[in-house]
Amino acid sequence: MLPLIRQEVVNKRKWITTRDFIDGVVVSQSIPGAIALNMATFTGNRIAGNAGAIVAGVGTALPSFISIVIISVFFLRFREVSVVQGFFRGATPAILALLISATVDIGREALEGYTEIIIAIGLLALLLFLHMHPALAILIAAVLGLLVRRRR
Amino acid sequence: MILGQLFLAFARIGLLAFGGGFAALPLIEREIVIRLQWFSHSEFLELVAISELTPGPIAINAATFVGYKLAGVGGALIATIGVCLPSAALILIVVRLLHRLEGSVLADRVVRSLRPAVVALLVTAAYSVAGKGIADVWGIIIAVVSFVILRTRKVNPVFVLIIAGATGILIYL
Repeated sequence: MLPLIRQEVVNKRKWITTRDFIDGVVVSQSIPGAIALNMATFTGNRIAGNAGAIVAGVGTALPSFISIVIISVFFLRFREVSVVQGFFRGATPAILALLISATVDIGREALEGYTEIIIAIGLLALLLFLHMHPALAILIAAVLGLLVRRRR
Repeated sequence: MILGQLFLAFARIGLLAFGGGFAALPLIEREIVIRLQWFSHSEFLELVAISELTPGPIAINAATFVGYKLAGVGGALIATIGVCLPSAALILIVVRLLHRLEGSVLADRVVRSLRPAVVALLVTAAYSVAGKGIADVWGIIIAVVSFVILRTRKVNPVFVLIIAGATGILIYL
């Protein structure tokens, strides 16, 4: 989604500069929530303040909102139909493949050194075996990561 | 009151969903399946499939779907606003700080620090989907073939999902 946003707001409409765009990407990734939505809020704010942020945010969320509501209407009505059941039984393993593929991509970038690998494995063990809350994993990683980076 | 619960549950998800995309799935599972028990495990898998098949951010799609299922269009609206609000508010705060101090260096450090946790969360999500979504040999075959296609060809993931779903219809009907 980020290349699309860049094309639209930097190249085509020239609403923000490339430097602003890069700032926006970093901020959007370091803040919780969907990156596309964060980027929209950021860009909207740069162009037209708080009102711009709200308008851009709504603009980003609206298409998926409408699509999901339409899909939900049909899905919840035909959920028990065997064709629909079969579709989801077939699609679920593909979702697993997507998840593993995303993990490989992000893992390659994220696990820069031994420290990161150890942190990731440790957190994974805590999540899987001790059922630690996902938010706690994020918090631990942030604290450890910032400590490590301060020393480097 | 279901609308209030929906709003709070998704505001919590929105506030904690670092890393974007799939990394939000363990959080959603935690809230919706384990804590509030609004969805069963198999309904959660359907939620993931629908959220991924529809364009737009997964967390927002998931919020809309859960909200609609529990309380109609009003529920969908409340849950969607709930999931969007925390990050929108945080962006507006950070943008204000960014002007004064060189916030982007710190933000970059935070992003890099969070990444190992995002990887761990993704593996957790994959573990959960594998445990509940792979029921037989066909499941393993579809997963392996999909993975190979995703890694070797430049195809849209949605296309792979639709082909896998169609295969599912042929196998299980």
